[in-house]
Order: sequence, then structure tokens, then C-alpha cells
Amino acid sequence: MIIKNKAIVADDWTVLRLQENETAESVHVAAGKVIVPLKVWQAQRDALQQRKEIGVWLASDERPEALKDDIQKFSVIAVDFPKFSDGRGYSIAFNLRARLSYTGELRAIGDVLRDQLFYMQRVGFDAFAPRPDRKIEDALKGLSDFSEVYQTSFDRRLPLFRRAQRKGNQAESSQ
Amino acid sequence: MYRYDEYDQQIVDERVRQYRDQVRRRLSGELTEEEFMPLRLQNGLYMQIHGYMLRIAVPYGLISSQQMRMFAHIARKYDRGYGHFTTRQNIQFNWLKLQDTPDILADLASVQMHAIQTSGNCIRNITSDEFAGVAHDEVVDPRPYAEILRQWSTFHPEFAYLPRKFKIAISGSKEDRAAIYAHDIGLAVTKNAQGEIGFRVVVGGGLGRTPIIGSEICEFVPWQHILTYVESILRVYNQYGRRDNKYKARIKILVKALGIDEFKRQVEVDWADLKGGPGTLTGQEVDRVASCFTDPAYETLSDHDSKLNEFKADNRSFSHWLQRNVRPHRIPGYVSVVLSLKKTGNAPGDATAEQMDFAADLADRYSFGELRITHKQNLVLADVRQKDLISLWQEASVYELTTPNIGMLTDIISCPGAEFCTLANARSIPLAKLIAERFESLDFQYDIGEITLNISGCVNACGQHHIGNIGITGVEKKDHDEWYQVSIGGAEGNDSSISKIIGPSFTFFQVPEVIERLLQVYVRERIEAERFIDTVRRIGHAPFKDHVYAADFIAQDEEVADKHIVAPAQYEVPYFSPRF
Ligand code: HEM
Ligand code: SF4
Repeated sequence: MIIKNKAIVADDWTVLRLQENETAESVHVAAGKVIVPLKVWQAQRDALQQRKEIGVWLASDERPEALKDDIQKFSVIAVDFPKFSDGRGYSIAFNLRARLSYTGELRAIGDVLRDQLFYMQRVGFDAFAPRPDRKIEDALKGLSDFSEVYQTSFDRRLPLFRRAQRKGNQAESSQ
Repeated sequence: MYRYDEYDQQIVDERVRQYRDQVRRRLSGELTEEEFMPLRLQNGLYMQIHGYMLRIAVPYGLISSQQMRMFAHIARKYDRGYGHFTTRQNIQFNWLKLQDTPDILADLASVQMHAIQTSGNCIRNITSDEFAGVAHDEVVDPRPYAEILRQWSTFHPEFAYLPRKFKIAISGSKEDRAAIYAHDIGLAVTKNAQGEIGFRVVVGGGLGRTPIIGSEICEFVPWQHILTYVESILRVYNQYGRRDNKYKARIKILVKALGIDEFKRQVEVDWADLKGGPGTLTGQEVDRVASCFTDPAYETLSDHDSKLNEFKADNRSFSHWLQRNVRPHRIPGYVSVVLSLKKTGNAPGDATAEQMDFAADLADRYSFGELRITHKQNLVLADVRQKDLISLWQEASVYELTTPNIGMLTDIISCPGAEFCTLANARSIPLAKLIAERFESLDFQYDIGEITLNISGCVNACGQHHIGNIGITGVEKKDHDEWYQVSIGGAEGNDSSISKIIGPSFTFFQVPEVIERLLQVYVRERIEAERFIDTVRRIGHAPFKDHVYAADFIAQDEEVADKHIVAPAQYEVPYFSPRF
């Protein structure tokens, strides 16, 4: 199960992670819907791009620009959070959406916890695979912690000051 | 000052609700301590020696009397009757219970306050000049921009898990009083030749283990673009700042590694497609926020009050206080008054609940209901009529808030140190007390004149010892006893510099004697009205070093006595740190 578009849904993708003895060139990518590491995509691009559906994931130290020419080929792009405190994935997501105009599913994988979900959805993630040892129903609640935000990011193109008629002090003192 | 509208209030209220639930999940075991830690830290809650310490944001140091009374309330209800004002213009409470913290935040929210991003690897509370809006040398009032940046950085989704903490300071005067060169980003609001407002942007400053003075990244960013420009700096840092070693994770290390030119290039590449975009600031928003910072209803007054002069003539303490604790104001007939939290014997920056309530009363009666917290851990009443000075002084003296030592030797900046902090190598507050007692004589202090003395209990530099004229640092040694390094030549402001260590470290009881010897060299060498720092810069370190190490240190009687005796009385805590 994952969270997608603010709902809990079944999921039939598998995430391929290289084991120690495997290399990007030689690893076998099973049939079906697989999200492969960027390195595997780069090494086996010719074969993989024949598939009807393929996904790719970026590690937090990889650059989204590496997908520039292929970006519309993927049914899903995932960003891995090796630790929830590693915040590079937020900028990766923002860059994928805002700079590389990626419009497909953008999924957070790895150490994905409830209290990070609100921020993740703001920078452009629309799918989340919360850590399996946690209740996914609880994680879902994290998406609605706040109903208003100040600054622009991917989800709100306009900052609050351009969206709302806000009161300054003049308005208050004239009450 | 800034007043929340319904949006600000809603965000803060929702934060309280979110945090309350996080605490509930922690207490029920649903969250591990490891997972809870970054959540509580983003809310200013540290685990310290005695329990939880909560740091509450005082955005750019500005606070209303009502908010100050809330601090007094929190001190009484949840703590031990006092709080500690910090060098980043915040306040800390040291003796809290985790269960109480959601209620404390709810109390704070009721007076438009919060503890958001006062800790953790995110954009911290933004600091500014304590005399913003009233300083006689102000070019542009930084407060509206500080508030705009506060809002922009609050819960910024992309920058909540940075490699390390991120501190922004903003100043708008000719003289920098916000230490902008010692911050991750320092902003100087200014005007260009055409009279347009913009920012000189300094990046990569910071203290801690590797003290570095910031470098200018852009001479003039027009005000409209400041948010997007800062965003690009943060994005480059978020992606490329080191995450493998927390001692090398601050932006200053990245800027050093890349060089300022390459760093700037990367920022400008990122900025190219944000510039002019929706994040661009509007004149309407600046006007809206600035409308909260308009002048209070100043009276038309003249600058001289003969009664004041009379009183001054036959009251020496008052005239000292006028000289040190009262500052000029841009409006005739008005002054700014610094309430000293540095009475000898007290912990620098500590205020009791009674003092807080009283300071709030003073603000209501004498300063349009507002106060400021200074980065030197004092309080300011910014808008006082000259003709009220006598009564203000008389009343404030009763509450021990008039020690006439601002900018002098006993106006010591000190971190909490070993009694409170698990990272400490040594005590700070008791040392501050020992030093203040040794040099309490006002005649001596006035002879020495302007000087800054900063104490940190360890290399993290919370007491900003690198930018003190004299800096003292608790250092780690094999014997796990207390040792202090002494350095000289640091300064903040327009001519910021990092101090240099004079030589091998000293014991607790030797430090005052070391300071005495440093001052002897100064008195011997100074030319006319030269300040301590000027003499150091002119003659260099060597004469100081030679004199300090020339003679042996005679063991003091107290050294034999119980170490506990030097802790300020209000701390009924044993001298204890898990490190010893
Ligand atoms: C008692 C709990 C505290 C803890 C555990 C703590 C911890 C730290 C640490 C680890 C650093 C170094 C960060 C780095 O270099 O990356 C630091 C820096 C700093 N802290 Fe604290 N601190 C505490 C209290 C305070 C207080 C009370 C103040 C203000 C009086 C303060 C102000 C600062 C400042 C100004 C810096 C230097 C910023 C810089 O490196 O640029 N801290 N603190
Ligand atoms: S300087 Fe060191 S001892 Fe002092 S508060 Fe900071 S971390 Fe603690």
C-alpha cells in the first residue's frame, strides 16, 4: 500500500535496490513494474526503455538533471530518503517539478515518516511509501497538518502575500 | 510592532496542535526518541542536564509588554521563576517537563508567539539590530524585512532538513549591530546611489569550531528579489552542503570549499529562473508589513532637560547610568534605555519573573508598551522621553536593572555552560560571576572603557567568544578537568575580526588574573582614548602574551574550597556535568 493523491491505494511497483554483489550493468531487472536505481537505468537504458512501464529512483546524492532527456519516459520517478533527516530529496523533487517539468508520479521512498509528509507534498511529491513498520493510516494524517502556508513552493505557485488580502496595522487600528 | 492577522494566528495554532500530537505520540512510545528529536528540536526543545530546555523565538528581538508578561507567567508556572535571554535574542527556560510543553506553546500562541525553528537544522529565528527603527544612524528600518523573512522561512518545506542549522541576521544601520558577518547569511539593508532599497548580502560567516567571517556574495540585491535570492542560496546549500560530518556541515565550509566566486555562480544559475517569478516581493506586501512598524505617537519635545542636568550633577550613579545605559534616539527629546541583566553575581542574561513583569510595566509606562532583547543579553526600552529618565532609573534600580555597565567589562556575554549544557567542557556562568566580582569597581571599569568579554563553555561558541575583544572558551583536556583558553582581538560590527588564542590554557581560578594582566598591558600601552581592541590591533598579541605568562599564578584560597560556592545563588544545582 502507498499513499497517492492523498489516499491509500494498492501498489504493484517494486523498488529494485542493488545488493552488495550486484552491479548496475549486470543486475537482472525482473519483468513487470519495477522502479530501478538511476545507475541501472543508465547502464541498461536500451533494454529498459523498450518496456511499456518503467520507473526510476534517485539517491539523495544524485542529480535530477541526469534524467533530463528521458524524463517523460517514466511512469514513476522516486526519490530515496536514506534517513528522514537527509533533506536533499526535497530539492531534488522541487527541481524535477519546477526545473525539469516532470508531471508524472513522484514518489518518496525510504525513511518516509508522517511528520515529513506535509513538506514533501509541498515540494512536488504526490506519492509516498511510508516506512512499513508504521501505520499508513497515521501517515496519511501528516498531509493535513497545516491548512495555510506562507511561501511559494511547487504546490502553491503564489506566496500567501499574492494570494490573500492581508491586513496590516492600518486596518486593525481603524476597527 | 508586527501584529498577527488571521493567517499568522492560524499557522501558529495549527503548529500547537501538530506539536501536541507529536508529544502524545512520543509519550505513548509511538515515536522513538531518535525520531522525536528532530521534531522537538524544530520546536526549540532540547534535552539538557536537568530535563528539557525550551527556547522561545523573539523574532528580531522585538517583544510587547504583554508577551514579556507571558514569559513571566511561564517562568512561574512551569519553570523555577526565571528565564535566560540568549545572544540570539531569544529566551530559554531550563527546567521544563515534556508533558507541559504543548500547554506552554498554547499559552505563547495566545500572545502571538511560538518556538518554531529555534533549533534544529533549519532556518532559525532571524535576528536584527536591537535599536532598529530608533537608531540615529539607521539607513533603512530592517524590521519589515525581518518580519517578511520570518514568514518566508516559517515551515519552508524545502529547507527543514538542511545539513546544519542556518542563521540569518539583518541590519539597517551604518554601524552593524547584528553581527551580520558571523551569520550563515548576513543582510545589510541599504540604499543605492539612486536611493533605491536593496540588500548587501554576506554569506558563509559563522562561529563554532571553525570561525569564519562571512564573504560578500552580492553588493546589492534589490528588495523585490531578496526572498528568491535567499532561496537560491539555501537551495545550493541544501544540495551540496556536507552531510557526512556535522562539524563540516555549515554553509561556511561549503563556501570555503567552493570559493565565494564559484558559490556565487551556482547561486546565480539557480536564481536565474526564480528571479522575477511569483516569489518576488511586492510593494504592497512591504507596505502592509511596514504599516506595523510606523512611529509611535511621539511628542514634540526638545532635547535638553535642565532637571536632568541638575540631578546628574549631584548623583554619580545616575550620571554613570546616563553615560553607559542610555543611547541617543533619532527623535528629539527621546532616548533608548538599556536595562542591564548583568548585575554582578547574577547569571548574564537571566531575568526573574518579577523582573520580567516589572520590565513590562516600565515598557507600558515609558516606552509605548514595547521592549527589545539584545544580542548581548540585555533588555532595551527603545522610546523613552528624556524627562522620564529620573523616575525610570529610580524605579528600575529597585529591581536591579540599572547596573551602569553596558559595553564595559562586566557586561559579559556567557553561554549556559556546564551546569546546563551536556556539551560543555567547563562552567561559564560561575566564571562570569567570578570575573564580574573581581572587576566590579566602576572606577576601574570606566578607566578601561569599552570592551567586550565573551565566554563559551566549549568550542561551539554559543557565547560568541571568537568575536569578543577577550574570548574565553572551555576546552577539552585529557584529565577531564576544567580548562579555559583565552583569546584576544575579536570584534563584531563593521570591522569584525576573529580573536586569536594567546597560549596554553588556564584553570578556572586563574582566568580573572589573566584578564587583569591583559588589562595591565592595555593600560600601559594605550594611546589617549584608544579602546582595548584598538591597542591589540596596533601592538599585536605578543606584548599581551608575554606579560600574561611572565609570572606564575599564585593559587587562591578559594581554589581549595568547594567549587559549588561560585554558582549564582538562584541555581540550587550541584556543579555537575556528565562529562566530568
Ligand atoms: C544549552 C543548550 C545549548 C546547546 C546544546 C547549544 C548547542 C550549540 C551547538 C552544538 C553549536 C554549534 C553549531 C555549529 O557550529 O554548527 C551552537 C552554536 C551557537 N549557539 Fe548554542 N547551544 C545552546 C545554548 C545556546 C545559548 C543559551 C545561546 C545564546 C546565549 C546560544 C547561541 C549560539 C550561538 C550564537 C552559536 C554560534 C553560531 C555559529 O556557529 O555561527 N546557544 N550551539
Ligand atoms: S558553548 Fe558549548 S557549553 Fe556553551 S551552551 Fe554552547 S554547546 Fe553548551
